[in-house]
Amino acid sequence: MFSAAAAGFVHALRRMGSRTTTIISWLGYATRFSIAVIRETPAAFSRFSLTMREIYFSGVLSLVIILVSGLFVGMVLALQGYDVLQRYGAAESLGVLVALSLVRELGPVVAGLLFASRAGSAITAEIGLMKATEQLSAMEMMAVDPLARVVAPRFWGGIISMPLLAALFSTLGVFGAYLVGVKLIGIDAGAFWGNMQAGVDFRYDIVNGVIKSIVFGVAVSMLAVFEGYDAKPTAEGVSTATTRTVVESSLAILGLDFVLTVFMFRGVA
Amino acid sequence: MGYNAGPLKIDPMSASIAPASAPPKAQSDFAVELADVTFAYDRRPVLTGISMQIPRGGVVGIMGGSGCGKTTILRLIGGQLKPNSGRVLVAGESVPDLDREGLHLMRRRLGMLFQFGALFTDMSVYENIAFALREHTDLPEELIRDLVLMKLHAVGLRGASRLMPSELSGGMARRVALARAIALDPMLVLYDEPFAGLDPISLGVVGQLIRRLSDALGITSLVVTHDIYESLKIVDYLYFVSEGRIIAQGTPAEVRASGDGFVRQFVDGAPDGPVPFHYPAAPYRSELLARV
Repeated sequence: MFSAAAAGFVHALRRMGSRTTTIISWLGYATRFSIAVIRETPAAFSRFSLTMREIYFSGVLSLVIILVSGLFVGMVLALQGYDVLQRYGAAESLGVLVALSLVRELGPVVAGLLFASRAGSAITAEIGLMKATEQLSAMEMMAVDPLARVVAPRFWGGIISMPLLAALFSTLGVFGAYLVGVKLIGIDAGAFWGNMQAGVDFRYDIVNGVIKSIVFGVAVSMLAVFEGYDAKPTAEGVSTATTRTVVESSLAILGLDFVLTVFMFRGVA
Repeated sequence: MGYNAGPLKIDPMSASIAPASAPPKAQSDFAVELADVTFAYDRRPVLTGISMQIPRGGVVGIMGGSGCGKTTILRLIGGQLKPNSGRVLVAGESVPDLDREGLHLMRRRLGMLFQFGALFTDMSVYENIAFALREHTDLPEELIRDLVLMKLHAVGLRGASRLMPSELSGGMARRVALARAIALDPMLVLYDEPFAGLDPISLGVVGQLIRRLSDALGITSLVVTHDIYESLKIVDYLYFVSEGRIIAQGTPAEVRASGDGFVRQFVDGAPDGPVPFHYPAAPYRSELLARV
């Protein structure tokens, strides 16, 4: 009886040890991969046409979903914000409420989530399929480093695209709020823009928002290229990797957003 | 050639049977040498004591069933894998000992044709062939264009230069991949299952192209395949691999005349023999009668 329990305990301990070493090994591999990709940065910039192509695929082709989402988020924010503000007689503050919400939080976060779903998943699927169809191996055998030729341009293309997309998201959101607040509800346009100008600080609000979007761009792009490169070279493997990119990127964005907000706006608390 | 393993010990070039103790040729005669190579994925052994010597300019085939370790041999030669023990030499250089730069230099003298072509799907046929030329040379675009058209002409697809890989048939894709493999005029081309999934006409075309291009350009060719009939037509010498070991080797004539059970099963396409039809399992009767 005792020996059976001891054997069970040893077995459980072994499994735990095995899983721990697997996780540590995976983390080591991911870290080495990240360092290798960053080391290939000169390749992405010395042949900038490759990175430009990726900015087009990650950024320009994501414009429709980003712009439409930004517009509607701004319009909904204006409707919801007006409903609350007018109870306290502060409807003129609608502009600053919408602008701060978008520039500080919603712009980087929602644009990041949309970017992960649209561009991150596409990057993972493309690299994963290149691996499954041996295109990466072919490149390697032609003495061309896939990290420099395929991965680094996509990584940097994502990082450059992300803050631009977040800025456009916020801009369209403010425009949507203007349409609803000023044109539809009838708030004074001067109060709408004037309060916004007075209430939004360039360094404190806009720069911090841009920093957030850059951090999200790094996280999403790195996860996307890593999952694609690490995908099992099968249809199921690529599909699993694509799903993981979206899930991990979304969780990373939300987690990083909290951490960054704590550091950036700690004077508020 | 092949002095270390297998029941048939034959010189691939002269088609004469070489005794096991025959003196080895000078190192420079061989494009590729594997000596007592052992390789395992994690703890699962894939190759055990593989030794082979591929002479310069020869067309040598490696045959064996699926999963016997044939492609692993190519990956060891290409430096994508490192052996657990033994030596892998390409043109006299030890591949596992090469650093990153050395490996790149070695691979520039090497071409590889993958099982399904592995063409870059976002590039046209022309761009696929020009890829290596643009990556590794500073040639003007006019010269690259001429070289690409020459390579495509050699495989009969000059007229398909503007097509995308998705517009090609399986045989055409394999021929484009062959043109890409020889783009930098390599001294060695590795072929991984070049005949897989091809119709009989395409299969014959690809087989003859491998032979003709090797002869015309003086390329050493190493063909991994399980198509016995096509490979017997084009190779100078054949190695048979089973369960990670070389179990037979010889010229096409020797292979045809061989009485070896494994070779005969391969040549005759017999479903059962040294390579069993049934995967190892418990006795049929006892399994059927066992309670679920």
